[in-house]
Amino acid sequence: MTATAPAPTPSPSPDTGAHADERLLKRSPLRKLLGRPELGSIVGAVAVFVFFAIFADSFLKASSLSTVLYASSTIGIMAVPVALLMIGGEFDLSAGVMVTTSALVSSMFSFQMTANTWVGVGVSLLVTLAIGVFNGVMLTRTDPPSFIITLGTFLMLTGLNLGLTKLISGTVSTKTIADMEGFPSAKAVFASTLTVGGVDFKITILWWLAFVVIATWILLRTRVGNWIFAVGGDEKAARAVGVPVDKTKIGLYMGVAFGAWVSGQHLLFSFDTVQSGEGVGNELIYIIAAVIGGCLITGGYGSAVGAAVGALIFGMTSKGIVFAEWNPDWFKFFLGAMLLLATLLNAWVRKRAEATK
Amino acid sequence: MTQTAERTEAGERTALVELDSVSKYYGNIRALEGVSLEVHAGEISCVLGDNGAGKSTLIKIIAGLHRHDGGTFRIEGEETSLSSPREALDRGIATVYQDLAVVPLMPVWRNFFLGSEPTKGTGPFKRMDVEFMRRTTRAELLRMGIDLRDVDQPIGTLSGGERQCVAIARAVYFGAKVLVLDEPTAALGVKQSGVVLKYVAAARDAGLGVVLITHNPHHAYLVGDRFVLLKRGTMSGSHTRDGITLDELTRQMAGGNELDDLRHELERAPAPAHLGAVADGADGTGGTGEKQEKQEKQKDGGR
Repeated sequence: MTATAPAPTPSPSPDTGAHADERLLKRSPLRKLLGRPELGSIVGAVAVFVFFAIFADSFLKASSLSTVLYASSTIGIMAVPVALLMIGGEFDLSAGVMVTTSALVSSMFSFQMTANTWVGVGVSLLVTLAIGVFNGVMLTRTDPPSFIITLGTFLMLTGLNLGLTKLISGTVSTKTIADMEGFPSAKAVFASTLTVGGVDFKITILWWLAFVVIATWILLRTRVGNWIFAVGGDEKAARAVGVPVDKTKIGLYMGVAFGAWVSGQHLLFSFDTVQSGEGVGNELIYIIAAVIGGCLITGGYGSAVGAAVGALIFGMTSKGIVFAEWNPDWFKFFLGAMLLLATLLNAWVRKRAEATK
Repeated sequence: MTQTAERTEAGERTALVELDSVSKYYGNIRALEGVSLEVHAGEISCVLGDNGAGKSTLIKIIAGLHRHDGGTFRIEGEETSLSSPREALDRGIATVYQDLAVVPLMPVWRNFFLGSEPTKGTGPFKRMDVEFMRRTTRAELLRMGIDLRDVDQPIGTLSGGERQCVAIARAVYFGAKVLVLDEPTAALGVKQSGVVLKYVAAARDAGLGVVLITHNPHHAYLVGDRFVLLKRGTMSGSHTRDGITLDELTRQMAGGNELDDLRHELERAPAPAHLGAVADGADGTGGTGEKQEKQEKQKDGGR
């Protein structure tokens, strides 16, 4: 706000507005706020909150809010790294089934090797990160767009999840690992419930917040963040000024894989067993949350906070419809409308930002 | 006599960048063959050529985007073959591309330091020195005469000339010894071109060697010390400033005799009346004659 100081021309007459420099200096805080990528999602979140606060009686209860936050967090943990990837200009359609893969690997490794569950958790981390690296390397070393490459990974993982689980366990779900060594401590980390002031909160909410804080830090304050914006905004330009484009993209895919690992372990340790067909379709939910949160589908613009708010809108809508005792069929309608509105708002923002000459 | 003496003296100084009959092939396409170019500190070497003459290929070799296939490429006397733009930058060669290598949606200060961000702190708290970056961007642009109200505005909102100057200021700030400019005035109006050329000259006066790629001989002759003319991938001429006049440069640039032929064609007597009568419907038949006819018609209408 103090940046407007170096123009000590106190001409109070509004008629001199034609003078170019004086006009430029007038930049209201409102206009600055309009330039934030999160704006659309925050307005949307407030609107959805008020809507359900009015129409769903039990929506404002602490326990309901806890449920909403839990639903939001499970989406948000993935939406945040997916948003970073989108800012970097790429998609990951394998993100949804990767969560299931991560849970399956962890569970089956521990069960088959009768190892401590933490060993399975560690192996799962390595495998999931390797899938992320695979996506990233395939993208940077070959021609096809990320949409096609990760669609391939998505289909392959879907098949592997079902095929290998049936081959090893004989059924479509894994055996319970609840009685295995290390299970209680792993459950405490990935799927415990914390009671604050008499209300139960799932630990995933903390994971979600941690993801948002770290992702925001990386995006806005580190060199890597600068590179992410650059590779998404103009890959050629980024390469020309010496940004390690390939490493940045591979890193972003590993970020998504890390998110999938956390989500996968949560899935495993909250239910003891994993259904091998789960996760299909979730990748779109993550992308929608990121887009509602202000990420441009073409890359180069967006925020982690926005993606988290996008996930919150998702959580509020899905649970709010239940609290309002409406037919959950309406959920998809609300979601679609929200997505359209968000995209239109983003397009308008981009037009403003890119207005050249 | 003194001219020759000066020239040999200049030749003996080690050039910052020296290309000696450099060639580049893309498969069976000859993109560049036998092109020589010298860049000295405090001088501007202009590369002139029409579309498809091989200017872009030449830039890409100097900037480290492509390796050359034949000839020698020396940086400060040392024979090299650059493997990446990063390496070129590290050797002191900064390239400002036609598209400027800026990311339109990113703020000016982020663009200014892109790829070479200063950091502070250690370990997980290692972060960009944002305050320093903003301050420096503002100060460096002010030095070039651009007074930005807000270094946070997306660089896409600046004018073409301003963006060009940001790109040049960035290269100068990062200690480039050689500045390669790809058609810096191509998309600009007369006034903005002047502003940009002023900064090109300023960079030269600061002791940088400048390679100015252009297809505008007038702009080149305003600031250039050496001129290399490219035509269809080969070098069709190489001159120092005192060895060539603007008219001769323009003539050679446009293909010498071809231009004479063209001028001859264009200077033919005004088109006969029957051509002028159909000129509204038919296109491209006449040059100046047709225009004159049209102007006369408009006058008639005015009355």
